[in-house]
Amino acid sequence: MRRSFFAEAIAKGPLTETSPGSDDAALAELVRNVNGTARKRLGRSLSIRQVDAGSCNGCELEIHALNNAFYDLERFGLRFVASPRHADVLLVTGPVTKNMREALERTYHATPDPKWVVAVGDCAVDGGMFSASYACVGGISAVIPVDLHIGGCPPSPTQLLKGLLTLLEYSVAGS
Amino acid sequence: MSALADLMRGGHPVENHRPWSRAVVDQDGWLRARDLLVQGRCALLGLWGEARAVHMAVLDEATNEIGVITTECRDGRFPSVGQVHPSAIRPERTIHDLFGLEAVGIPDTRAWLDHGRWGVRSPLGDRTTSSTGGEAYAFLPAEGESLHQIAVGPVHAGIIEPGHFRFNVNGEAVVRLEERLGYAHKGVEGLMAGVNLVRGAMLAARTSGDSTVAYGLAFARAAEAALGIAVPPRAVWLRALMAELERLANHFGDIGAICNDASFALMLGQCGILRERVLRTANACFGHRLMRDCIVPGGVAVDPGDNALSRIQELLATLRLQFPPLIDLYDNTASLQDRTVGSGMLSPELARQYACGGFVGRASGRGFDARRTPGYPPYDSLQFEVPALDRGDVDARIWIRIREVEQSIALIEQIIDHLPAGALQIDFDAATANGPKEGMALVEGFRGDVLVWLRLNSSGRIERCHLRDPSWFQWPLLEAVIEGNIVADFPLCNKSFNCSYSGHDL
Repeated sequence: MRRSFFAEAIAKGPLTETSPGSDDAALAELVRNVNGTARKRLGRSLSIRQVDAGSCNGCELEIHALNNAFYDLERFGLRFVASPRHADVLLVTGPVTKNMREALERTYHATPDPKWVVAVGDCAVDGGMFSASYACVGGISAVIPVDLHIGGCPPSPTQLLKGLLTLLEYSVAGS
Repeated sequence: MSALADLMRGGHPVENHRPWSRAVVDQDGWLRARDLLVQGRCALLGLWGEARAVHMAVLDEATNEIGVITTECRDGRFPSVGQVHPSAIRPERTIHDLFGLEAVGIPDTRAWLDHGRWGVRSPLGDRTTSSTGGEAYAFLPAEGESLHQIAVGPVHAGIIEPGHFRFNVNGEAVVRLEERLGYAHKGVEGLMAGVNLVRGAMLAARTSGDSTVAYGLAFARAAEAALGIAVPPRAVWLRALMAELERLANHFGDIGAICNDASFALMLGQCGILRERVLRTANACFGHRLMRDCIVPGGVAVDPGDNALSRIQELLATLRLQFPPLIDLYDNTASLQDRTVGSGMLSPELARQYACGGFVGRASGRGFDARRTPGYPPYDSLQFEVPALDRGDVDARIWIRIREVEQSIALIEQIIDHLPAGALQIDFDAATANGPKEGMALVEGFRGDVLVWLRLNSSGRIERCHLRDPSWFQWPLLEAVIEGNIVADFPLCNKSFNCSYSGHDL
């Protein structure tokens, strides 16, 4: 049975699609936010730690999709890691809830420098529909410095990939 | 007369509560309702508060009647249901956190969603300011030789929502697991107060992202029930189409992810392909991969059109071809089944006591499915089976999902074949001259039954809206099933439940 899956994959070729390339708006934001030294150190491969600071889990579903056969994030040298201590990039979703604020701060401080923070989803920009709530702080930048925003509700895997590839290309350009 | 109807006759009926009735009872009536839950004659569907009252929605197990029972809390107190019926404990702790109402006799008085960080107490009741510094949480003790604790979360090792698990462990075996949730609490019910139905529907659709269609549908149906409006037939059928696509996508994701937590990555890879195909088809049909905001009160916002619908036919053909080999793969991989069979056993008694819905309940003998009971259109015109097993282990929860995938494929085919033509939405005016109106809906999401209850004021704005995720009655059972399992099987058991953090935390 297992052999047939492999045989089929070899016969039909991979499902993986071509790179969607980078995103001009994202590049402009990175130019504003990221200094050259960090770019030199980070290089060609980035380890990503995802942090849900209070999202509805919609963004998480699409972040998960980056690992499927169509998008195959790891071919670009981008991979998800299990600890902030192994990470170069924090990929943060949410509005930041008040109940998650401290956990997000501690995760940020546990991530070694240089590090980049990418805020994912409309709620991560400014709290979105939840910004007025007694239970929310607001967007990610209200708690930790953010280098790049990828908007959307949720952003599609293609949008996510574009944003992350922009980050990667920008880091390579600096090295 | 049924036990529930008899109980409700003893209270004061509330006008303009639809489709089921609501009765205000005195303390004795509340205690009688509690007895019906303890005796297993009624199932608890929801328990929620507002500033001066508490409500419980119950299902009469003998007749399948549904009713809402309310008791007023004149001195800010009400008799605890959780004292004798444990599934009510977390809802009552939440009622205290949000409204400041005290459940007298509740065995667990710790705050639940309120971590002492909001800067306000009783945010939806008589608000008082408080600190934002956070409070220590007294985890339940476990005593004995050689015990140690493992603390996990709220930031987890994977791409997962936030929550904390405290394990007391003896060697490899879990002696006690305690969950601490509330990290994703966004104050959805607070934000609902005072907004119109359009914004309310958008908030509902952001309660739990993986169930955005189910929440959109439950909210819309509750609003439409309150207003007494019927949506056009085409909208009814398109809603079911979206709901089944959502179920398919999530079940594929779950089947793959559970197997991956037993280190069988091939299944994750293959199921991930099928999930992506479903989402792309949804995007082609409705303009959004998760179909968020596509259901609106009064109908649906998007018509897929014939070209897009033909994409669904192609999807079904692909799934029919590619899913059966995956079933065989699961069924014939002994090393995988070695992990799933017999792990994380949930007894039928607990599933029944907690009125646990979805694949968790159906894998433990509780065959409840809101599409059947109370049922809603178009499912009364569609043929489908509700699979149920009584083994209650991880394996059973996988098989329920597999069978439900097959049922959803068959349902989508019927929906496409019989999709009526016509309008997508009905025009309506939510404002009414004759006082507040209340509506409730129970909708079967992929994870189980989603309950939405709301009250609209005379200007058509939401006065109070309660959204009850199926996870409320599944999370506590995860604590029970993990006992005696090894720590390494926790991710497996947890994923087989796949409870929502955001849907629960609100």
